[in-house]
Amino acid sequence: MRFESPTTTKAAATLLASESGIAHVLAGGTDLLVRMKMGAIEPDLIVDIKRIESLRTLKVAAAGVQIGAAVPAVRLSESEKLRNLWPGVVEAANLIGSDQIQGRCTVVGNLCNASPAADSVPALIAAGAKALVVGPKGKRRVAVEKVVLGPGRTSLARDEFIEAVVLPARTGKSADAYLRFTPRTEMDIAVVSAAINLTLSRGIVQSAKVVLGAVAPTAVVVPAAAKALIGSKLDDAALDKMVAACRAACNPIDDKRGTIEYRTKVAGVMARRAALIAYERAGGSK
Amino acid sequence: MNGVTVSAKVNGDAVQYVCPADESLLDVLRNRLNLTGVKEGCGTGDCGACSITLDGRLVCSCLVLGAEAEGREIGTVEGLSEGGKLHPLQEEFIEKAALQCGICTPGFLVAAKSLLERNPNPTEEEIRYALAGNLCRCTGYDKIVRAVQSAAKIMRRGKKVAR
Repeated sequence: MRFESPTTTKAAATLLASESGIAHVLAGGTDLLVRMKMGAIEPDLIVDIKRIESLRTLKVAAAGVQIGAAVPAVRLSESEKLRNLWPGVVEAANLIGSDQIQGRCTVVGNLCNASPAADSVPALIAAGAKALVVGPKGKRRVAVEKVVLGPGRTSLARDEFIEAVVLPARTGKSADAYLRFTPRTEMDIAVVSAAINLTLSRGIVQSAKVVLGAVAPTAVVVPAAAKALIGSKLDDAALDKMVAACRAACNPIDDKRGTIEYRTKVAGVMARRAALIAYERAGGSK
Repeated sequence: MNGVTVSAKVNGDAVQYVCPADESLLDVLRNRLNLTGVKEGCGTGDCGACSITLDGRLVCSCLVLGAEAEGREIGTVEGLSEGGKLHPLQEEFIEKAALQCGICTPGFLVAAKSLLERNPNPTEEEIRYALAGNLCRCTGYDKIVRAVQSAAKIMRRGKKVAR
């Protein structure tokens, strides 16, 4: 195995494109090194992207946020400005693993690992995040919900990698929230999760995005659930309608961590609570 | 051996080593630099026995490649004592019997030190959350939490005296 640590995205793209064997990008390594240790992958080349200055950059402004692929999750919670603008994205990213993992893991890595239970992914999708993809032919921008195709599978070509995710401008009274259900409070993987992003005007929901995690092979966007909230002040009728839409969108697996029935029911519970949190954060009152 | 040559700092001292590209920093520290305070529990980032600091950030050394450490500053449990004098956390772990078999202890000490640097007066809940990435199968955690609380108190007092 070779180890390379280029200092530009171009050099990284060239290394990946010219490798005939198995090449992997290393950012936080909290998934990659585990898979290497387990013998699930045997890379011929590891490209450490943490020496690329632009990828270590976290830009936070109301006009937009850019989270570089080498920014560890802990840096998101250290930014008070980001916590105020995108509390749901930050709380989702900070649920990944322990403090030790937070010091290394990245949201781009969480996305590319393509786990159905990834915590930051539903929150990024609810936020309307875009991934900046780099490849030998240049750069492209793709909605985060188009990146994951299924467990462990992404739409990235083998010589492409994501250099950052960007969050759109924040306007008006907006806020997001992310909740997950786990049997323990820490060091666990979501059984069900829900991310909700709302924009209000005079307490009435103007726009909404509702995304569920761990209830299907990929995170699920639920437009019918968002529609149920729009035009409401999150009264019980609107919430009930949203919950029903969430449950109808679930297609979970049945395993020791949760049955199909349980996951489907709890998806509605998580979505209802997350919606109320996002509503309150956006300045709505009931 | 397809080796990578690395220069780094460990507990303030310059070190140089050559390791295979896929060797973990944990194995480098233990087998090449003889710093056996860092322990391997799970090797997959779940137990925290291999906790170190990398450029001041708490991480699991089993999830870092030795090759990544070029130019970085590494802190291990061996760096806690100063001039033969134990760190207050080490003193209090002994005083409060916060260990039995001891495998998890270096990781707990490094993680607790990292917490107290960020938050000199943590609540019990904050301590338990901050140490959630460290597993102990002997103590039931309670004595560890008491030891950290007690060390925090001593360290806060020490700072006041120093001023």
